[in-house]
Amino acid sequence: MTEAFTSRKYLRDMSLPFCVGCGCVTVINHFLRAVHELGHKDLSKFVFCSGIGCAGWIPSPYFKADSIHTPHGRSIPVATGVKLLRSDLNVVVFGGDGDIAGIGMGHLVHAARRNLDITVVMVNNMIYGMTGGQVAPTTPIGTKTTTTPYGSFEQPLDVTRLVVAAGASFVARWTTAHGEQLKESLKKAVATKGFAFVEAVSPCPTAFGRRAGFKDVAETFRWYRDNSVPLEETEKMTVEELTSKIAVGEYVDRKIPTFTETIFKTIREAKKSEKTN
Amino acid sequence: MTSKIIPRTHFWQGNEACAEAAIVSGCRFFAGYPITPASEIGEHLAWRLPQVGGIAVQMEDEIASLGAVVGASWAGAKAMTATSGPGFSLMQELIGYAFMTETPCVVVDVQRTGPSTGQATKGGQGDVMQARWGTHGDYASIALSPNSVQEMFDLTIRAFNLAETYRTPVVLLADEIIAHMREQIIIPQSDQITIINRKKPKPTDKAFFNGEDVAPMPSVGEGYNVPITGSTHNEYGYRFTADRAVHKQLVESLIGKVRNNSEKIVDYESNNFDDCDVGIVSFGCTSRAVYETVDLAKKKGVTVGFVRLKTIWPFPEEAVRNIAKNAKVIIVPELNMGEVFYEVERVVHGYVPVIPLNKIGGGEMITPEELLAKIIESVKKVD
Amino acid sequence: MKKRTEIRITGLGGQGVVLAGKILGKAGVYDEKHVVQTQSYGAEARGSAAKSEVIIADKKVGFPMVRKCDVLVAMSQTALDKHLKDLKEDGTLLIDENLVREVPKIRARVFKIPATKMAETELKSKIYANVVMLGALTKTTGIVSQQAVEKAITESVPDKTQENNIRGFRIGLELVKQ
Repeated sequence: MTEAFTSRKYLRDMSLPFCVGCGCVTVINHFLRAVHELGHKDLSKFVFCSGIGCAGWIPSPYFKADSIHTPHGRSIPVATGVKLLRSDLNVVVFGGDGDIAGIGMGHLVHAARRNLDITVVMVNNMIYGMTGGQVAPTTPIGTKTTTTPYGSFEQPLDVTRLVVAAGASFVARWTTAHGEQLKESLKKAVATKGFAFVEAVSPCPTAFGRRAGFKDVAETFRWYRDNSVPLEETEKMTVEELTSKIAVGEYVDRKIPTFTETIFKTIREAKKSEKTN
Repeated sequence: MTSKIIPRTHFWQGNEACAEAAIVSGCRFFAGYPITPASEIGEHLAWRLPQVGGIAVQMEDEIASLGAVVGASWAGAKAMTATSGPGFSLMQELIGYAFMTETPCVVVDVQRTGPSTGQATKGGQGDVMQARWGTHGDYASIALSPNSVQEMFDLTIRAFNLAETYRTPVVLLADEIIAHMREQIIIPQSDQITIINRKKPKPTDKAFFNGEDVAPMPSVGEGYNVPITGSTHNEYGYRFTADRAVHKQLVESLIGKVRNNSEKIVDYESNNFDDCDVGIVSFGCTSRAVYETVDLAKKKGVTVGFVRLKTIWPFPEEAVRNIAKNAKVIIVPELNMGEVFYEVERVVHGYVPVIPLNKIGGGEMITPEELLAKIIESVKKVD
Repeated sequence: MKKRTEIRITGLGGQGVVLAGKILGKAGVYDEKHVVQTQSYGAEARGSAAKSEVIIADKKVGFPMVRKCDVLVAMSQTALDKHLKDLKEDGTLLIDENLVREVPKIRARVFKIPATKMAETELKSKIYANVVMLGALTKTTGIVSQQAVEKAITESVPDKTQENNIRGFRIGLELVKQ
């Protein structure tokens, strides 16, 4: 790499809207670093789709790129249309856990099932941050939120494992405390043929950290470090031991037929049979 | 069948005519979800689009279908989805997004009886107001109403042309009866068909939204770095989440481009309604009873004029006002409990009485005999 | 007076009632007539009441539904019982005599066609009963030409069943003695 990394070359000259300590800024940094290390001088080969929520604002409009900021939960369907028309472009979706795994979960599972060739980066802050701290499908049980004032009584969803089961090509989970690993997985995700999913467990000091009892972001980071378990080690652990732990690592990296491969093969054959008729 | 349709007389189903018209219009992307009575459109395009190098996908629901259509449209394709009432309800979220982001696309709603699941295989006309006001907020819609297989073809092409001209979603508001009926249809030579494509920007252009005229539309991946958002935005696409002036200007522009061009958009069919006794304002399948009724009434000594709406939105106000000036009474037959009726009442504004003729359920049409009975009854009342 | 013939073909889902209407309608178009064909069926895919209507006219057809039919084809007893009231007094009734046992006394012309039996014995499948009925209908009413129907059949059915469908149609033609 001849050129030094600066996030500025990928960003519009505007100030970012995120709270102090917000993990979105960390994710932006690692993602752009990944893009830089992959050799992209700009974002002209990318289209970004995002939904509603803080993470939906990661690319829109801050990235110097085409960005489609969709209604809540609908970034993946819109990305589907973009990718099928422009399979030459890298289509990357950013979204929060509420956007991707709450209201948009049906789309996530089906895109993974189709092995649609896009990258989805889910910034998981375990809460609905933008709307003021309501319980999310990822909120740990017992957590006090504005809609679970007595503590959450629901089991959270392990979105990463769900995407693995649905059939994605590449799936990884890290926290924003695992900068280098997160960046490396983002690089692999962007380069993956097929559906790539990266979960970045990420602090929301404003709406989650406070209620979860973290004094500051540093404490959240310590908690991430102390409670993250490398995926390999989780196999030996009991369910009890795994409770409130974050299993980090690369879950799958597999070569399976992708949606654009299979759909364009079908189209080529339909055109051919049409000509021979 | 070859990938090109032969210009001649065919015997097609309405849904088939719609699908073929989409291909003629240049549509190369379809995403949909199965639903009676619209499924044939998706099935036909799943077979035909790949032959012409296009893409047809079945998505996980109607929301995703229109989402994919919006994405494809921004990637440069003419794109369409087709559904019926329950799916049209789900699509309202993305229809609003398409209005707000000025995304050209065609949404076919083959109306069946509702609300909810209603009677899935039976036709109705209860989605008229949903086509106007289905999504939240302020906007102006375009909805076309075919009354024959020929018009399922012709108005689908027009729907694409209007969508591309005004950068807006356009609803083809069909109904089960027209969509499932088969009729002969004449396919003209391709040089006889007008196809409009969206206005593309110049390399130096920066403003792609919210224009005084319709702004040019770039595609993603062309280097324009365009931010597209359903939030309030200025002409460059930048979000303004609280600014009153930006919002007002944006919404006025969205409404203005339809309202200010309504004369060009509005289309209707009428007979000579000068000094008629009774005027009929009808649309879609229901209008098929009117032609015969005019003859039946004539035999009874009653002259009947009619206006048949080919665009429901924008509403053909002037035509309706004109027939009201000529008739003693206006009758509005429709397969719902009164939707176009209220619009006619608004336009006629008490000038003459407006009488509804409603019929719902079972997919039964209003017959010429029923319409005639209403005419005779109304004439007596007014005299 | 311009001519307008309204035909209703009735039976159960799965009997090819809708296909028969499609073929008849297409034949009308080949004969350069104005044609509208509609159908109705229940939400179930098979076994519910099925109805296909065809209007063949010299001028453009306005109202597309059949109210009083000139020709009624009944391929089940329930279909006949339900639709007979809509047959014109001077109309034509065709029934599949293997499926319809009781026909009330009426003034209309009645043709009892062993369509299902002939399809089974001659073509080894009752699925061709619909084209046998179509043959009988063509012969008894003369609304469409034999050539037009045969062309319409060829265009409407899968290649591998074309021959049997044409044969079935011709059997239907033969079954009716002038």
